[in-house]
Amino acid sequence: MTKAKTFGGGIHPRYNKERTLNLPIVDAVVPKELVFPLSQHIGAPCQPLVKVGERVLKGQKIADSDAPISAPIHSSVSGQVVAIEKRPHCSGQDTMAIVVSNDGLDEEAVPASTGTSIENVPADEIVRIVREAGIVGMGGAGFPTHYKMVPPAGTKVEMVVLNGAECEPYLTADYRLMMEESEQVVLGLRLLMKALGADKGCIGVEEDKSEAIAALKQAREAFPDIEVIPLQVKYPQGSEFMLIRAITGKELPVGRLPAELGVIVNNVATAVAVANAVTTGKPLVERVVTVSGSMVERPQNLRVRLGTPVGALLEQCGLKGQPGKVIKGGPMMGVTLANLDVPVIKTTCGLLALSPEEAEPLEISPCIRCGRCVDVCPMRLQPVFIAQFVERGMLEQAEAYNATDCRECGCCSYICPARRPLVQNIRLAKSAILAKRRK
Amino acid sequence: MEQSKLRMSSSPHQHARENTSRIMLEVLMALVPAATLAVFFFGLRALGLMLVAVVAAVATEALLQKLSGRPVTIRDYSAAVTGLLVAFGVPAGLPLWIVAIGAAIAIAIGKQVFGGLGNNPFNPALVGRAVLLASWPAQMTTWVAPFTFLTSATPLGGGARPAYSTLFLGAVPGSLGETSALALLVGGLYLIWRGIIDWRIPVGFVGTVAVFSAVFGGDPLFHVLAGSLLLGAFFMATDPVTSPMTSWGRLIMGVGCGLITAIIRLWGGYPEGVTYAILIMNAFTPLIDRYVRPVRFGAARK
Repeated sequence: MTKAKTFGGGIHPRYNKERTLNLPIVDAVVPKELVFPLSQHIGAPCQPLVKVGERVLKGQKIADSDAPISAPIHSSVSGQVVAIEKRPHCSGQDTMAIVVSNDGLDEEAVPASTGTSIENVPADEIVRIVREAGIVGMGGAGFPTHYKMVPPAGTKVEMVVLNGAECEPYLTADYRLMMEESEQVVLGLRLLMKALGADKGCIGVEEDKSEAIAALKQAREAFPDIEVIPLQVKYPQGSEFMLIRAITGKELPVGRLPAELGVIVNNVATAVAVANAVTTGKPLVERVVTVSGSMVERPQNLRVRLGTPVGALLEQCGLKGQPGKVIKGGPMMGVTLANLDVPVIKTTCGLLALSPEEAEPLEISPCIRCGRCVDVCPMRLQPVFIAQFVERGMLEQAEAYNATDCRECGCCSYICPARRPLVQNIRLAKSAILAKRRK
Repeated sequence: MEQSKLRMSSSPHQHARENTSRIMLEVLMALVPAATLAVFFFGLRALGLMLVAVVAAVATEALLQKLSGRPVTIRDYSAAVTGLLVAFGVPAGLPLWIVAIGAAIAIAIGKQVFGGLGNNPFNPALVGRAVLLASWPAQMTTWVAPFTFLTSATPLGGGARPAYSTLFLGAVPGSLGETSALALLVGGLYLIWRGIIDWRIPVGFVGTVAVFSAVFGGDPLFHVLAGSLLLGAFFMATDPVTSPMTSWGRLIMGVGCGLITAIIRLWGGYPEGVTYAILIMNAFTPLIDRYVRPVRFGAARK
């Protein structure tokens, strides 16, 4: 057997996945009130299609946008719209949201047996279904999937890659999906391949998830054009750049589209959503969320209705005490939450409650120029220099050292023995440089 | 649960366990075999020199940081490493007060005047050694033989050429921590295995000395085992602060150190050149870091 594929650089964080790895997905409690932010994706926010007081059904489209890069939003329960107002959002700012009071009936907007099969659905119809179902990149990026399914003129997508790396510590939601719904993963991949006219499909999975690899291999048995590719266990293997590098051997320059290399990448959870949308006709109204962290009493993989406040999930799983930090996503790239009324949205793949000790601010000491940040940077940047330029206000220099190539994976800050805020400073540089360019 | 107690911070929220003090502690541990053999060969005098040097270095660091109103950082163990390395580079018969001055100068002039850890351009321990060599040249080159304490010349300095096995074990006249190739290799390989140092510097350094001396008619094995080469290659040239930050840069550092060492040894006025070789390459480190940079992701291939 050949060595598992990978990329240069990267780190081996403590994975902490064992708490939830072998726990089957179970349904989360459905709360009395659900909040649907009008922005759950990259691109234009949606406009409400419903009014306060109106009754909505489960799966009913309640917000949409004419903008090309956007995705509609559906109610995940039946009930009544009780407010359309600013509510806390995981971005840290209050944003416009539709608030639905759940009537507990789960009355469906889409009649049963509305779906179709891969044989009967034409390519452009798949794209339309995916758009109407409100599917976005569910690995955390939230880029509208339908937009990626129409590659720019002049490019031909030969390969669809599914990202099953799930390299963030703690998270096991994708792993459980690959285990429990491997048929849907493969069907979703075939639908994406059909829509794009791609000849080849690949599913990249970290090699230690051997059971998921076995399940997927069995599910793709009948489809010789689909390959399951074991990847080395390393963070950030699930970054689009690193996944393309590992699987195709090609490096995608920042600012270029994967389609220019003949590839598009989607998360395995996104593929499952695509398969479900086509076969059942139902839109994206729920997703799997790993709830974990040292302060969580019963870590679980929960199937959660979109719009559920994260506080309800923590309550369901139980807290051992006052957490020091609550994180949406994984510990490497996730964002801290100040307000637990923030709802689960399409990009919420994990919810972590860390202890006060784990949340202690780090003691920063002087840089000893060890170069570990340079060694681990998967984009081959020199984080130490860029961060120093930022500290001294030398933006042009930071730009000359390709600060804008940074994908913010955080390997540099993770590895730094002096605990310097490297990626944090590079983020500052990026936003300042991009702001300047826009002028 | 109180939401107001939730801390907000920018990712990542997980960090490697290894920090600066841990790295310095590992270096100290890697120096233990050589220190043990030094005591074995040169007796309690060696232990005294090492203790005095470490105490002088740590005390100087604490004092200067107190005087300049900066936080005292002796707990990062970097001053202890410097003190021990200064002691490793002196003969066993050196008066204790001289090694104390060497360690104090290493910290004061080699490190703290530049702003402390991370800011010094030159390896502090080598700065201390260079000052001692210039100030007390006689005492600094009066070597004694192991066990007997009789004054005798080092193998590199024209003394008797011992068997390779004796040289490898280190039972020869020389500086405290430098004589045993075995002990230094054990410590150095440990640091490589633990990922504390990059193999490119010692391999480039030692390899270049071996090849260069072989080409110009020397005995490569003798040149590798004798003098300060292994201590310098594994423990001095690899000092993170004063060596380059990229893999290629580190290889250049190692090869450069090896070239200068070999040239001084073969044709220079001194029998040994490791100290000056490393100090000279320290001076080139900023330049190397400026020009030897990783290739931008995506730029390598079309």
